[in-house]
Amino acid sequence: MTAPLLGLNGLSIAFGGLRAVQGVSLDVMPGTLTALIGPNGAGKTTLFALMSGFLQPDSGSVHFMGADITGRAPHLNARAGMTRTFQIVQPFAAQTVRENIAVGAHLHEPRRAAALAAAEAVAQRVGLASQLDKSAADLTVAGRKRLELARALATKPKLLLLDEVLAGLNPQEIAEMIPVVRAIVDDAADSGVTVLMIEHVMQAVMNLASHVWVLAQGQLIASGTPGEVTSDPKVIEAYLGPGAAARLQGTQLPGTQLPGRDT
Amino acid sequence: MTRDIAAIVLFAAGVLGLTAVADSGVVLTFVMMALYATLMAQAWNMLGGYGGQFSFGHALFFGTGAYMQAIAQLNLGLNAWVALALAVVAAAGVGLFVGALTFRYGLKGSYFALVTLAFAEVFRILAVSVGFTGGGVGLMLPLQESFANLQFSSRKGYIVLVLGFVVAALLVTAWLRHSRFGAQLQAVRDNEDAARAIGVDPFRVKLGAITLSGGFMGAAGAFYVQVFQYIDPSIGFGPHTSVEALVAAIVGGMGTLWGPVLGALVLHLLADFTRNLFGQLPGLNLVIYGSVLVVIVMFLPRGLSGVGRSVRDAWRARK
Repeated sequence: MTAPLLGLNGLSIAFGGLRAVQGVSLDVMPGTLTALIGPNGAGKTTLFALMSGFLQPDSGSVHFMGADITGRAPHLNARAGMTRTFQIVQPFAAQTVRENIAVGAHLHEPRRAAALAAAEAVAQRVGLASQLDKSAADLTVAGRKRLELARALATKPKLLLLDEVLAGLNPQEIAEMIPVVRAIVDDAADSGVTVLMIEHVMQAVMNLASHVWVLAQGQLIASGTPGEVTSDPKVIEAYLGPGAAARLQGTQLPGTQLPGRDT
Repeated sequence: MTRDIAAIVLFAAGVLGLTAVADSGVVLTFVMMALYATLMAQAWNMLGGYGGQFSFGHALFFGTGAYMQAIAQLNLGLNAWVALALAVVAAAGVGLFVGALTFRYGLKGSYFALVTLAFAEVFRILAVSVGFTGGGVGLMLPLQESFANLQFSSRKGYIVLVLGFVVAALLVTAWLRHSRFGAQLQAVRDNEDAARAIGVDPFRVKLGAITLSGGFMGAAGAFYVQVFQYIDPSIGFGPHTSVEALVAAIVGGMGTLWGPVLGALVLHLLADFTRNLFGQLPGLNLVIYGSVLVVIVMFLPRGLSGVGRSVRDAWRARK
């Protein structure tokens, strides 16, 4: 068995009295596309912040490619190959799309011209090629999500942490984005990109993820294939309230789809 | 990059041409002072415009450069050119020091502005109290006009000197626009968290920017001492110098190559104009000067160099 790319061990953090993440352990295997789901406020984004170094855990450890990186600064993690995106998109609004992506490309490319060329290539892959010279502030929500993804991709990550790249998109935009995300992992060009995504759009999770972890109130309550976790009574109750699983079983719904997207 | 450099060369040639043909003292003094203001504005722009770190205490670097220029000659007996190099290095070093302290603890926005203001004040008070700065009386350079002493009998010599610094500042700014360091600096300005997530070390890039900015501001201070042969604590570290640097950059357009040049030029024209027009009514020139500033800041958020875009946006918003 291969070693995990990312390993979390008993990770916990509390904000005052709120225990946002409690004793979370999980292993992300290289070359996979996996997902982290859970109701609003479950602590998913906090967990991402702990992995990428934006927050320091109170206890527990994070290992990336075999090295202990607990609490290491985000830019050092990015340099080592772990890049995150933000749920609330954070473009460099005063700059063009091309310049935005080039900042990511500059991580491993000191030359300006080469970074700009790399930015163009990445924009091609995420479908932003026609908007390269637009100001990032002028992009639509869907465009900004793509930009967020492109900037992270330009750093040539080994592990990409995607925080709700589909939130706020309409069904057609989601349908367009799913193959883009899949291509990141499948594309032979950068073989070896592993993706862990936080996602509420279950259509995407079912479609993309080979493995799903479910977080509720800061704790992992289930893990398995998308099919397994969505039929897990604990998961259903975490989303719909106590007794929901039993009621659903009584009504014989065909398949169980988790509701809800936040935003 | 090539286009920026071409424009800078053209600008330098234009200034030199004007200086060569002009023989009126008023015009030469105006050119010299406008270039000197440009140097300060461009220094501020490197950190404030491209790095988004608004310093209210750039006099700190100005005074450091000015005092170093005077002390190295008076107390250490060094040549004026050597003193100039020392002044730039000392001001850059103070920039590095203040940057290391403030950015290490993540001071941003108004907190950073206040700390820089406080540092300038602390240095002003120190300059009054310690001996080697001449205390409140200040330091006076003996008048010995020669090239070796960096003192010129004509304004033209000073213009060439300050133009050299302005060109260097413009080239550094052009480099910020077309380099990895500059891209990372602007990324930190626009969104620090997003920049960190994609591998930018905000501490390192901000530190680089404040060091560069401090060095050029120090050059302006050293230039001041060579021209006026005098420095005292309030000229060196007083808040008016800090304000002059930032207002010219903001009025002209922060985060642009030519904004600070335009801002310094327009503000100097405006100041001279109001002084000549209302000089007999003390204070009125400042009232008018201030009013025009308010109007510019209110209606031209991108500064004078961004007039075109501001108008376009306003037009689009109305439709």
